[in-house]
Amino acid sequence: MSPVNAVLRRELRSYFVTPVAYVFLVIFLVLAGILTFYAGDFYERGQADLQPFFMMHPWLYLILVPAITMRMWAEEAKGGTLELLLTLPLTLWQAMLGKFLASWLFIGLALVLTFPIWITVNYLGSPDNGVILAGYLGSWLMAGSFIAIGACLSALTRSQVVAFILTALVCVLLILVGQPQVLDFFSGTLPRRLINAVAHLSMLRHFEAIARGVLDIRDLLYFLLSMIGWLLAGVLLLDLKRTR
Amino acid sequence: MIETDQLTRCYGNLTAVDALSIRVEPGQVLGLLGPNGAGKSTAMRMIAGFLVPTSGTARVCGHDVSREPLKAKRALGYLPEGAPSYGEMTVREFLQFIVRMRGFKPDAGYRRFDAVVQQLQLEEVLGLCIDTLSKGLRRRVGLAQAILHDPPVLMLDEPTDGLDPNQKHAVRQLIDVMARERTILISTHLLEEVHALCNRVVIIARGKLLADATPAELEARSRYHGAVSFSAPGSGMSQEMLGRLPQVAAIEVDPLDGRITVFPKPGERILEPVETLLRKQGLEVSEIQLERGRLDEVFRQITTGNGGAGSAAGEHA
Repeated sequence: MSPVNAVLRRELRSYFVTPVAYVFLVIFLVLAGILTFYAGDFYERGQADLQPFFMMHPWLYLILVPAITMRMWAEEAKGGTLELLLTLPLTLWQAMLGKFLASWLFIGLALVLTFPIWITVNYLGSPDNGVILAGYLGSWLMAGSFIAIGACLSALTRSQVVAFILTALVCVLLILVGQPQVLDFFSGTLPRRLINAVAHLSMLRHFEAIARGVLDIRDLLYFLLSMIGWLLAGVLLLDLKRTR
Repeated sequence: MIETDQLTRCYGNLTAVDALSIRVEPGQVLGLLGPNGAGKSTAMRMIAGFLVPTSGTARVCGHDVSREPLKAKRALGYLPEGAPSYGEMTVREFLQFIVRMRGFKPDAGYRRFDAVVQQLQLEEVLGLCIDTLSKGLRRRVGLAQAILHDPPVLMLDEPTDGLDPNQKHAVRQLIDVMARERTILISTHLLEEVHALCNRVVIIARGKLLADATPAELEARSRYHGAVSFSAPGSGMSQEMLGRLPQVAAIEVDPLDGRITVFPKPGERILEPVETLLRKQGLEVSEIQLERGRLDEVFRQITTGNGGAGSAAGEHA
């Protein structure tokens, strides 16, 4: 697995030598704080938990994850380094996995850096830290799924802008598809079973379940499978490009 | 060793590489020559495993690039066209990345790193960002990347493009040194490079192999091969005399500097008779030259399909 490690280290380093990493971290932390306190009514709720904090994450990821993943393959294709990378002795899977893990670890770091809010809530009251840990886990898994989507769609194009827009679009669809408003809209026209099936595709529904502290194997599987599925699609896309 | 068998690549209706079969042995430096868009880079990309052939196969050291891609890639050092590298990395970081990708143990990795840095004289730029380097330096970083794992097969896509004469010389010396036990495939459109580097030349155009020969054999196909040229003022009379020599096919006078070129009939040597005649005439000849043949002329003939190209293609088809 040493090529995966080499790619991972190179990607992580490239985040930190360009301003990408710092801009991302600052915006993520500032927005997470502001949204939690102002939009999430952190104090007014009078409850010692981080629900308002976690409920903002899907919307933060919607903008910030595509910004991280858009360059993943598009930049390499445009700059010609794709040819260099793919003629080194590694498989497409290893390259994809290395890049994916770099982004995922990076988001993990961003999540870890939100620890002051965890300290705050522990200072103010006595929350259930197990639920908070589950919330972090769910958030990180959801971020992983978004990153896998971005990795796949970045492999589709040489344009980073196109990669960003496509990724944001797919992510917003996956967030909204389980919302009651959307489901109600289709409830008259589509059969009930189909609507139920579609509702289960929703990121938000699985994320909220985990963030409430309920670790259901189905929710975990949902995120793991969606990561594997999108990464696989990305690898197939890259392979297809070599024949065209 | 590099072998390709009926290697073909199509982009839609365009056939970029058309049933190319070549075989390069250890110790050979093969120059892949062709006009821009001839399919040189496409052929190399297939051998390197970056592009999948539409049909046909390529093998590196006996490993089929489609069936055993990792083994083939391990045996191959490849410099892609334009020497792409990660611009935001420093030279040191980039080469260390390659060391890790090539799976070296730390000790061996450091040794190779040092050796290559020294070989390509990169000591002074190790800490600089690749983005800030000159074109020549970037090319050298690309070369360092290609030879880092000391591969038995080396494939370089226009290795001296954009280098100044001194750097070209240095790169050619490096390739010369490496050539002894290795298989080297170089693409170029610089004809001087063929003389300087290659012991075999393959000319392709529109994806087809048109000639496969040594540089000397190619020169021998030139109209100028064995021709004698000289400058002599007031040689109007002797031109007629030269024309009467039985070995002479034609005489041309350069309208600009008045230099006279005498072409032999096929298989004839004309340096001596021409010299004897000139001496007899008592002409002052400042300098007289026996031409080896002009590669650029042969190249044009073969790739544009004029003159002798038909027969040249026929011999090797």
